[in-house]
Amino acid sequence: MDEPQTLILKVNGQEYKLRPDSRTTVLDALREQIGLTGTKKGCDHGQCGACTVHLEGERVLSCLLLVEGLAGREITTIEGIADPAGELHPMQQAFIDHDAFQCGYCTPGQIMSAIACVKEGHAGSRMEIQEFMSGNLCRCAAYPNIIEAIEAVRAAVLDPANSIQ
Amino acid sequence: MIPFRYQHANDIADAVALAGRLNDAQFIAGGTSQVDLLKEGVQRPTVLIDIFRIGLSEITDLQGGGLSIGANVRNSTASDHPAIRERYTAIAEALHAGASQQIRNMASMAGNLLQRTRCPYLRDPAQRCNKRDPGSGCAAVEGFNRMHAIFGQTDEGAQSQRTCIAVHPSDMAVAMAAHEAVIVIHSSTGERRIAFEDLHRLPEHDPSRDTNLACDDLIVAIELPAFNGTSHYLKVRDRASYAYALVSCATAVEMDGDRIASARVALGSVAHKPWRLFAAEALLQGERPSEELFRRAAEAGLEGARTYSMNGYKPDLARVLVARALSETTGLTPLQGPAGTAFAASVGGIAGVIEES
Repeated sequence: MDEPQTLILKVNGQEYKLRPDSRTTVLDALREQIGLTGTKKGCDHGQCGACTVHLEGERVLSCLLLVEGLAGREITTIEGIADPAGELHPMQQAFIDHDAFQCGYCTPGQIMSAIACVKEGHAGSRMEIQEFMSGNLCRCAAYPNIIEAIEAVRAAVLDPANSIQ
Repeated sequence: MIPFRYQHANDIADAVALAGRLNDAQFIAGGTSQVDLLKEGVQRPTVLIDIFRIGLSEITDLQGGGLSIGANVRNSTASDHPAIRERYTAIAEALHAGASQQIRNMASMAGNLLQRTRCPYLRDPAQRCNKRDPGSGCAAVEGFNRMHAIFGQTDEGAQSQRTCIAVHPSDMAVAMAAHEAVIVIHSSTGERRIAFEDLHRLPEHDPSRDTNLACDDLIVAIELPAFNGTSHYLKVRDRASYAYALVSCATAVEMDGDRIASARVALGSVAHKPWRLFAAEALLQGERPSEELFRRAAEAGLEGARTYSMNGYKPDLARVLVARALSETTGLTPLQGPAGTAFAASVGGIAGVIEES
């Protein structure tokens, strides 16, 4: 096999120089090489959604992405969504306010997916939220509260009187 | 995963030349099915040729009213594209009813067609599987075969190198079959077009091959012929969302006044390829839509089905599904949800929703 080549991965606005084995997934690069462990490894087979990140603003599964394919492209993880001053993203705050987790393991993936779900315009009703969040499993079954958190953020986004964006 | 080399192709010619020159090379696009199979050691390429940089990501109108969809267009882009939603509704519904939004954001249109079966024995190296290890036999015929084929399978017993009862897992492919899509391919010998029916194959003497493509054949586009009718996709699965079909049905019906000018009907998850019900289609042509007609068409379509120890439910389920899909397509019964969405494609709507009172 050829020697690993240097590759630049952009994560949360920062550039990271990696020399990945060709088999390295984005999930493993984030957790094992870059040290961002907020993104979780659940099933590692694309079935649970715990590893959800944003690729150029769209939600994807980092366990099924080979890092070699993403040179120069922009990834956002759970560590990159709060504002730089440390104020939580509205979706993070809503998950706390609505008690939308129990053990918390699926939560980073749920929040990344939920932010995208609202942005895509797929959070118009409880039914639509259920359909478009079906790729994120929660074994504690916090689903009713997750849906409430997403509804609250969607309502805030739609309400011009509300300052949350 | 077995180590492999990773290479980006810059254009179509580059990709095709690389695939022709290198042994055991595979193209990679979205990778959602492929990376999982690499992890499982089911697929062992020496080189992956990434085709992302080639482009192939446009949806364009064709002369005469058809639509061309680039091979790398993502499933989520296609599912929400106005022309697909309005003119090729079954394809939008099938896309929305498949996978999750994360996977639809990654998966390419050509890759969707080339995904491999979800037969559990393909993914278990300790079990017989003629797809994974040709000649090893088939564990499914005497094993867990609830999801497996009732049409077109080869069954000469668990030990036979020809036996395979796997089904094709794609929802979208079933809708493409009903729309008689055309596959545009580039290879070392140039460009060619093949009918959708000729893309996938039956296991026959060689279950290891899913399609009729050669190793340096690159799908560059999918063309949808002009269609002036109504199409629809209906899917039954074990849970309300994010599950493979037990049985699904795609229909594409064009009317002439109050009579059916042409009807195309395809079933999913019943065979090694999307399964057209040609006998049912012939019976529908020129007739007025009615529940009785659709029941007869479904009967005719399901003739010859052969079941296994755990999938005896499939012919009955398919009969009901075909009749219902035709009824919904022709407006005799209403859709479960807005046309072109997952809600129209789900037989039971969305389970567990408690509407606010």
